[in-house]
Amino acid sequence: MARAVAAVATGQTDYAIRKDVGIPELIREAIDRCLDSRDLTLKDVDAFILGNMEMFEGINMVEHWLADAIGIGGKPLWKLNNGGTVGSSTAAAAYYLASAGFHNRILCVGFEKQSEGSPQSSITTVADPIWERSIMAGAIGNFAAMTSVYVNESGVTPEQAAKVAVKARRNACKNPHAQLKMPDITVEQVLESKMLAYPVRMLDFCPSSDGACAVLFSTEDDAKSLSPNPAWVHAAVTAHDQQYMGDSPKRLAEMRSLIEARKRGYAYAGIEDPIRDIDVAEIYEPATYAELAMYECLAFCEKGGGGRHIDSGIPEMDGALPVNPSGGVLSANAVGATALARVAEAAMQVMGEAGEHQIPNVKTALATGYGGNAWTDLLVLRAEKP
Amino acid sequence: MSEDEFLRLPQQVTLEYRFAAGKYASHFFTTLKNEGRLLARRCPSGHVLLPPRPVCGLCNLETSEWVEVGPNASLGGFTVVYIPFTDPMTGEGRPVPYGFGLIRFDGCDTNVYHLIDETDPLKLRIGLPVEPVWRDQADRTGSFADIRHFKPIYT
Repeated sequence: MARAVAAVATGQTDYAIRKDVGIPELIREAIDRCLDSRDLTLKDVDAFILGNMEMFEGINMVEHWLADAIGIGGKPLWKLNNGGTVGSSTAAAAYYLASAGFHNRILCVGFEKQSEGSPQSSITTVADPIWERSIMAGAIGNFAAMTSVYVNESGVTPEQAAKVAVKARRNACKNPHAQLKMPDITVEQVLESKMLAYPVRMLDFCPSSDGACAVLFSTEDDAKSLSPNPAWVHAAVTAHDQQYMGDSPKRLAEMRSLIEARKRGYAYAGIEDPIRDIDVAEIYEPATYAELAMYECLAFCEKGGGGRHIDSGIPEMDGALPVNPSGGVLSANAVGATALARVAEAAMQVMGEAGEHQIPNVKTALATGYGGNAWTDLLVLRAEKP
Repeated sequence: MSEDEFLRLPQQVTLEYRFAAGKYASHFFTTLKNEGRLLARRCPSGHVLLPPRPVCGLCNLETSEWVEVGPNASLGGFTVVYIPFTDPMTGEGRPVPYGFGLIRFDGCDTNVYHLIDETDPLKLRIGLPVEPVWRDQADRTGSFADIRHFKPIYT
């Protein structure tokens, strides 16, 4: 029988432009914070899973020269490299490996040091070199073109998108690690910010950060001994989609990978009514319009209802299903760390360790990872052991 | 240590690649260059796919025949980009603003990315008819850049 697996400790660096640390020093900060929180050392870890976007730093086989910083010491190390999803994929992989009994205590580490390279040029290399690379215009232009389709389908307004930006940057003020903290941000300010690619403005988009995140998983009684309130994994699914950017014209409006992941993840975890059955969500929203579309794909509201959902206040910190109390990706984005940070934040909410941005009495938390629409991870964490 | 005592060591990595286009893209671009015709792949379920490819992503069946699509098309999506961007094919910055869109050729079930000759987003809409503007025959290289951009057809 599969073993129950839980997140038992988390650690994050501050997300910022970090000139003061090299990559090994950066990831050590996250690992130390994670292990120190439970009085553990690297000797207590059985296996490691590492993830980042290799092109961002221009370093191939990064696990090779980070080995000492991670503390491998002859132990198993798995390296994943699947874009924006990589962080949540390390968590899903930890769940599979621990659940199947191959390893017990698994430390997931995701990082990115985006200030060291050229993120927009690097991200263009995710596009097919023959057909799409010349046109894609980094993440932003590509994203804006998909946004036009979503706006056309759903009728969401720039004001509704701006409300997501306001929510994120205000929530971020309660998260000590967030990069973009804007306590006084207004909808008008978002609507007046620089247009990057129509209809997406500067404050509609995530920042570019340096940062690292670490999450320790363990199983059964060991998990209970490590954490007073383990965040038990009830679902960890991944779903992929078609090859080319232009294949599915409704990529953002009808994210097939996210919808598939949602259906499977909710079925595993017995979630029927997300607003009722989920207490908090940490989703990978690279832009405001994406968060609105994701409300629909995650069935937080009806199709086409993303704009009305933010108007309703349900995703606010004090709403019925708060989304990204951490401030989310709109407030910090070090890509290789970002999807793992969603899992960490969801686990912190279940463990009651989210500090100022803690949502009261969280029993069930949702986390997602996003890789350019084509890849989605979805995890459900609960206070109750499966 | 103070902020300026932390060193940053610049390094430039220049990597050159030659991507094999493969048999489908090679056939497509050769026909595009020599005949100005656009050839897509059709799968047994009837999905017509660009870029041409061996397997249909909608039904996972192997594609079975070439079919001509376009050259007229419509916009499946669009944006106007205002931030500088380096074209990896040329290494040069593209002047901003510029329009780019998801181009749906008539008779095709998927979109391809290309430039739009319009920089006012309020003049663009989903479904707007567009037509390709070709490079002169002598200037064609056998790539998607043999189509200069797409021009909106306003009625």
